[in-house]
Amino acid sequence: MTISALVTMLVVQITVTAITVFFLIRTLRKTNHQKPTNPKTQS
Amino acid sequence: MINNTPVQFWGSRIGLILAMAGNAVGLGNFLRFPVQAIENGGGAFIIPYLISFLFMGLPLLWVEWSMGRFGARKGNHNTPFIFDSMGKGWWIYAGVLGIFINIGMAAYYVYIESWTLAYTWYSLTGSFDFLTRDEVAQFFDAYVDIGPGLVNLPLAAIGFFLVTLALNTWILSYGLEGGIEKVSKICMPLLLVFGALLAIRAVTLDAGELGTVYDASVGMNYLWEPRFDSLWSPGVWLAAAGQVFFTLSLGMGSIICYASYMRSRQDIALNAMSAGWINEFVEVVLGASIIIPITVGYMGLDWVVENAGFMMGFKTLPYLFEQWGPILSPLAGLFWFGLLFFAGITSSLAMGTPFMAFMQDEFQWSIKKSALLFGALVGLLALSCILFYQQGVFDEFDYWTGTVLLVVLAFLEIVLFVRVFGIEKGWDEITRHADIRIPSFYKHIIRYVTPVFIGVVLLGSFISPENNNWIVAVSGLFSGEPWPFAPDSVISRIFHLHLTDDGWFIDGQVTRLFIIDMTRLLLLGIFLGLAVMARQAVKRRAAKPLPEETNFEKEDML
Repeated sequence: MTISALVTMLVVQITVTAITVFFLIRTLRKTNHQKPTNPKTQS
Repeated sequence: MINNTPVQFWGSRIGLILAMAGNAVGLGNFLRFPVQAIENGGGAFIIPYLISFLFMGLPLLWVEWSMGRFGARKGNHNTPFIFDSMGKGWWIYAGVLGIFINIGMAAYYVYIESWTLAYTWYSLTGSFDFLTRDEVAQFFDAYVDIGPGLVNLPLAAIGFFLVTLALNTWILSYGLEGGIEKVSKICMPLLLVFGALLAIRAVTLDAGELGTVYDASVGMNYLWEPRFDSLWSPGVWLAAAGQVFFTLSLGMGSIICYASYMRSRQDIALNAMSAGWINEFVEVVLGASIIIPITVGYMGLDWVVENAGFMMGFKTLPYLFEQWGPILSPLAGLFWFGLLFFAGITSSLAMGTPFMAFMQDEFQWSIKKSALLFGALVGLLALSCILFYQQGVFDEFDYWTGTVLLVVLAFLEIVLFVRVFGIEKGWDEITRHADIRIPSFYKHIIRYVTPVFIGVVLLGSFISPENNNWIVAVSGLFSGEPWPFAPDSVISRIFHLHLTDDGWFIDGQVTRLFIIDMTRLLLLGIFLGLAVMARQAVKRRAAKPLPEETNFEKEDML
């Protein structure tokens, strides 16, 4: 692979992976801090 | 009207995110994105792609999620009445598009999904063993019964389709938490595992290994080498915006419908980010690392540049996997077609929800009954796609419901949200109960940039020139040449500019033109039928109005 292709691939894929993991972890942490709300179904 | 159907909610936050991500992750992540990238500037494609994601994709995700949650607060889970709650008048009929698009898409999408199920089966049972590359390609033609006749009668394909449709209907009949959410929690992790295993195998293929001719790096190099000159082409930008659009399942109405089953105090900002970025990970990291390095490794760069397309996954990959030996070959087939099946089913389930929500909300149908009606409707419509596959019916469904109308509905959504509902109220809705702070400049992006972005994509789809070459087309105008409409531009499609048939009948035989026109009439009929049902629902509501305060609003005050 050429350097430019390799750098582009690594930068893009690592960035996308890092952002995805960051938001997922943030979501999971927020979920764990949430108090349970109403029952699952209502009528 | 008082709704006696129990109100459904997502069972867990992670279930909601996986279902939303499953809705977005589809076959296009693996089959469309890499082809778009190699055709539109390689590594440089990612620049317009990410810009489109940040300025059009993400904002529209937030808009759709918030429309759903807002509509639910008024007791609505279907797009016609969610639209109606945000803007009175004819907006209810714009919302009908949110049901129509999903029914139309499901009719052909479930058929494709059934191919992946069939190919998983055929891979495991060794049906591709010892076939040549041409024979594997012919295997597909035989599977969908391509031949000289007017009607295709693929019995095996119909069988696999019925199994797939029954599976979808069965899952849908268990509702959100017991059906869709459970399936998403199983399918999405499996999809990631299958995708990761295949990607690792694909990018580490060396020339000579398992019969390959070239290193995987040749394919990866072509895919990622930035050809910056391509960024001057408007066609590349339109292709990137279009890819972002389709990959996130925007403009379908299914995101709005899914979001309408959130609890009123649930976050939108972070959830939408998580679901959106999972889709990006699957597309940019996994999707880009499977089909291109494998096919280039065996077939060479020239062949891939010449033949790259959606069907490569079905007509070529089984032959290439066959070269991996008796143990790895069925496993690779299982992983590839299995992941496509998981990507497909999590999307097709989302297509069922808007119609079911409409029937439950407005006609008090049970979940099971509305799932059965959806299954029957899709089954009937899909028959036309299956039996007249070769005559362009399948393609016609895909073009109108799966391509053009998505952009139309998204444009209507953003106009409704920004202009009619009002950006101030809209921004409040997006940021309400948010777990992250969305930068305030996004308010201006949603107000000014996103509508322009979608408007340009919409205009582009109407007049796109041949080979997506806008510079040649515009310069041709100055030298007096007519605008060279591409065969897939809306104008070209509407006026049949690229069809050679002169009429509906030739020598007493129906032509392709006739079948295509009848397909359009059928689609129009379905839309009008749904619009009449929406009108009926308005009358029913007028007779028995909703209580002032819905369950959802009560919950919001807690």
